Amino acid sequence: MSLEETGFAVFLGLLSLLCVVLAGKAVDPVFGFHAALGAAASAGGLFLIVRAYIDRAGAVAPQEIDGRPNYNYGPVRFAAVIAMFWGIAGFLAGLYIALELAFPQLNLGLPWTSFGRLRPLHTSAVIFAFGGNVLIATSLYVVQRTCRARLPGVVLPWFVVLGYNMFIVLAATGYLLGVTEGKEYAEPEWYVDLWLTVVWVCYLFLFLGTLWKRKEPHIYVANWFTLAFIVTIAMLHLGNNATIPVSFFGSKSYIYWSGVQDAMVQWWYGHNAVGFFLTAGFLAIMYYFVPKRANRPVYSYRLSIVHFWALIFIYIWAGPHHLHYTALPEWASTLGMTFSIMLWMPSWGGMINGLMTLSGAWDKLRTDPVLRMLVVSVAFYGMSTFEGPLMSIKAVNSLSHYTDWTIGHVHSGALGWVGYVSFGALYCLIPWVFGKKDIYSLKLVDWHFWISTLGIVLYISAMWVSGIMQGLMWRAYTSLGFLQYSFVETVEAMHPYYVIRALGGFLFLCGAIIMAVNLYLTIRRGEPADQQAPNAALAAAE
Amino acid sequence: MSLFEKHAVFEKNSIVLLLGILIAVAIGGLVEIVPLFYLKGTIETADGVRPATPLELAGRNVYIREGCYLCHSQMIRPMRDEIERYGHFSLAAESQYDHPFQWGSKRTGPDLARVGGKYSDAWHVAHLTDPRSVVPASVMPTYAFLKEAPVRSVDIADHLKVLKLEGVPYTDEDIANAGADMAAQADPNADVKGLTSRYPKTTVADFDGNPAKVSEMDALIAYLQSLGTFVDFSTYDDKANLR
Repeated sequence: MSLEETGFAVFLGLLSLLCVVLAGKAVDPVFGFHAALGAAASAGGLFLIVRAYIDRAGAVAPQEIDGRPNYNYGPVRFAAVIAMFWGIAGFLAGLYIALELAFPQLNLGLPWTSFGRLRPLHTSAVIFAFGGNVLIATSLYVVQRTCRARLPGVVLPWFVVLGYNMFIVLAATGYLLGVTEGKEYAEPEWYVDLWLTVVWVCYLFLFLGTLWKRKEPHIYVANWFTLAFIVTIAMLHLGNNATIPVSFFGSKSYIYWSGVQDAMVQWWYGHNAVGFFLTAGFLAIMYYFVPKRANRPVYSYRLSIVHFWALIFIYIWAGPHHLHYTALPEWASTLGMTFSIMLWMPSWGGMINGLMTLSGAWDKLRTDPVLRMLVVSVAFYGMSTFEGPLMSIKAVNSLSHYTDWTIGHVHSGALGWVGYVSFGALYCLIPWVFGKKDIYSLKLVDWHFWISTLGIVLYISAMWVSGIMQGLMWRAYTSLGFLQYSFVETVEAMHPYYVIRALGGFLFLCGAIIMAVNLYLTIRRGEPADQQAPNAALAAAE
Repeated sequence: MSLFEKHAVFEKNSIVLLLGILIAVAIGGLVEIVPLFYLKGTIETADGVRPATPLELAGRNVYIREGCYLCHSQMIRPMRDEIERYGHFSLAAESQYDHPFQWGSKRTGPDLARVGGKYSDAWHVAHLTDPRSVVPASVMPTYAFLKEAPVRSVDIADHLKVLKLEGVPYTDEDIANAGADMAAQADPNADVKGLTSRYPKTTVADFDGNPAKVSEMDALIAYLQSLGTFVDFSTYDDKANLR
């Protein structure tokens, strides 16, 4: 056994024993359940390592075959396929909670089906389960191809992929059973956070290890964004989850920060989960998959340098715009607004770099729905990164804050940008890593595109109308100087828009189901690719 | 030769790139977060703010567990309509012992920062059991199950200990009496002298109307009834904090 295999085997063996002890001494049932799950999973991991060692019978996967890198696609395949599964689960949860707001009887009176528990399930499923697996799949593919090197290690890549999905399972079951830190987008409790930290450090080393093995002198721009995503998410995760458990055998903990400081730390985290998870990571996808699919070089190398450093430096400051007019000191709020407005420029710099990559290839939008999806995602990115700075202006925020306008804004970014760029990337990636020529049916991709576009338009326009309307109703006065509407009248007025929003979400889900079928047929019945190796790593235009 | 060619040092060395990223992303957070811990104006001096009683704390944990903060804010902004609808704008001092803060980000339902004392306990029971029985157009889920669930009290002292470690001014006496205080607050017949001296402005009642047990609904209503009631705004001097 190699040192790596032995190390992981010992680690998982000890972890399994520790989990058994924790399960035995658990002071609350959910902690006991999660410890038992952890014991079973780490024992399962240990079994897989031993079985793989016996199966390989001393042989080691070669780094190169016939002078070409022997890329490790197994973990990429797993992450790509499970991303689609989590995506549909997350969209379905979103549709259900949208319907709960329109028809509250759907809460069913049960703790685990009520809005307050399902909402974190929805956000985490789409951001961390769907988005996270797409990011892991694409980043591990892109880093290998652009470095012309195989992922290091035998167990490490699988540990990252399976360990990350274990984190998803622990988080999701915890939400349903009422275990939460109560911090938006960082709800998992202390022990789940610790597990994610272990997995994330391994992810960083897996990524860096591939960079260290590279045959190309330069690190490709997509990898800069991925590295920024991994490093910054680690920093944010540790800062926003500084928590002390009540008991090492129980799930409940109290976050170290309180009140105004906790609010600032939370939105420093929360806004940069958007900035680094949902933006930097997916910009890495843009910088690889758009040029690859359009078969054109990236528009401007210099713009990508300016885009990268300006974006990561400025994004971090934008958090306080979530706290305008609250008890946060005004200097912090103003600073957040200023940097949010400045952020418009690097965001659009990135959009221009993505869109202009199509120079000379615009005609492909007519014939290639996958490229169209990628390009429309960049257009949505431009739209929501214009809307974001607009909403960060205090005067605008005084109306938009606490309303559905925020929800609409988030979803134009989430469905339009993150969703479409992920779909586009998976439509490219699945045939590549399963050795197929192309996607099974471009016609179905076309259907997916138009159905979900209609869904997005319904969704965001319904939320614009309901959000602005509710904001205006809250501050409406009668001619005698009394508040014109009671709160519940504004709730009543939202009903039709909540129904339209749910319809939009339903169409988006339908599109994703069409996609899943198409991907399944690609894997099962797709035409095999020629053995010809695809193009060399991408070069940027000067 | 231009500045852009110097960028090659980042592109050819992963550790240099990593350090460059770390420095670029650390600055904003440091500038915005660290001063909040030492600038005196960040948290006003406001008399009356006290840590939650053990029962209120348990209720707060139910509030967090059920995700109430996803639809209800606890942060009144200083605008005419909000002040008229909800009361005096929220002070930073009022949430200084909240681990985590509950300011919220969305008002699917109304703000709750000053809901304490606005409705009777019986109204809260009816509303939590079936919101549409008292507010027909409400879209809130029903929480009847809270009435059946006994509140967890065995380790409440440990909760106070952890919060004390994090800076909430619970005394050793508070911690020693945590379990007894919890039971006493939900029992109108109990001797509550100790409880009310440790925690001024505490409401003592059988909140859910069922004297047989202290339920999670007792705890949640005790928490809701305490919200925004600590600072007396008839005597609060907002100029005292100007420097």
